[in-house]
Amino acid sequence: MSNTHKDYAGAKLGMWLFLFTEVLLFGGMFVLYAAYLHEYRADFHVGGKQLDVFIGTLNTVVLLFSSFAIAAAITFIQQGKKKLAVNFTYLTIACAGIFVINKTIEWRAKFHHGIWPDSPHLREMSHGENIFFGLYFLMTGLHAVHVVIGAILLSVMVWFMKKDVINQQDFVKLENAGLYWHIVDLIWIFLFPLFYLVL
Amino acid sequence: MSENHEHQHHILSIKTAGIILVLLLLLTGTTVAVSRIDLGFLNVAVALTLAVTKALLVILFFMHMKYENRFMQMIVFLCFLLLAIFIGMTFFDLAYRGG
Repeated sequence: MSNTHKDYAGAKLGMWLFLFTEVLLFGGMFVLYAAYLHEYRADFHVGGKQLDVFIGTLNTVVLLFSSFAIAAAITFIQQGKKKLAVNFTYLTIACAGIFVINKTIEWRAKFHHGIWPDSPHLREMSHGENIFFGLYFLMTGLHAVHVVIGAILLSVMVWFMKKDVINQQDFVKLENAGLYWHIVDLIWIFLFPLFYLVL
Repeated sequence: MSENHEHQHHILSIKTAGIILVLLLLLTGTTVAVSRIDLGFLNVAVALTLAVTKALLVILFFMHMKYENRFMQMIVFLCFLLLAIFIGMTFFDLAYRGG
């Protein structure tokens, strides 16, 4: 396989172009959030007070640590420390698991309180609160989907490392999977204060 | 010289990555602490400033943007600039709309 053409810069550029579409996807929803926050300031405040700050903060810490872990995994593969690279990728996947478990606990509690999209209880609340929770489920839900996709992607990378498809000389796949994971973290960095800490 | 070595790759040191993680955690703590104090409109400004700072740390170090070539830095900057214009302009429109 030594004569296979590899375009490192092209692979990186392609990944970033894809990430721009992700930024725009969430950007559109952030615009929606900004517009409705402007219109229903007080209702958003009431809505946000009902979210679990502890779980939100915990998930922030989990994601930040996972971002460190995948960055470390890339450093290790570049240094030829494959075993450590694999283990730190596993650590990142574990963090994704913890994040999704926390999210499930959080959403279950909301469902328990009669709060889910278009639930009878939510329709009785003010219009602004209804919109707040609508955006909450849409944005954190879509973000959680990205966390799951990221975890699957990283699992494939572990397999690639074990098969030596990713190694000290050729690691752009792991780097690109890492970039995807960091974007997931970046989006959460904004979701967290906007929903849980209520502006 | 093999093709893979035509570019000199910068390797992020574990120590740097660790420092960035600690900074990110400290900024998160600050964000939560500040949100508990009522500063009125300033709460929004402070929370978003801290979030942007965290985002910059992630992009520059974890995503290696500090060590990428000018072209990559330029298009990433442009992308986020466009997003800022998109959100900013929409918001200005809303904020200054009469009645």
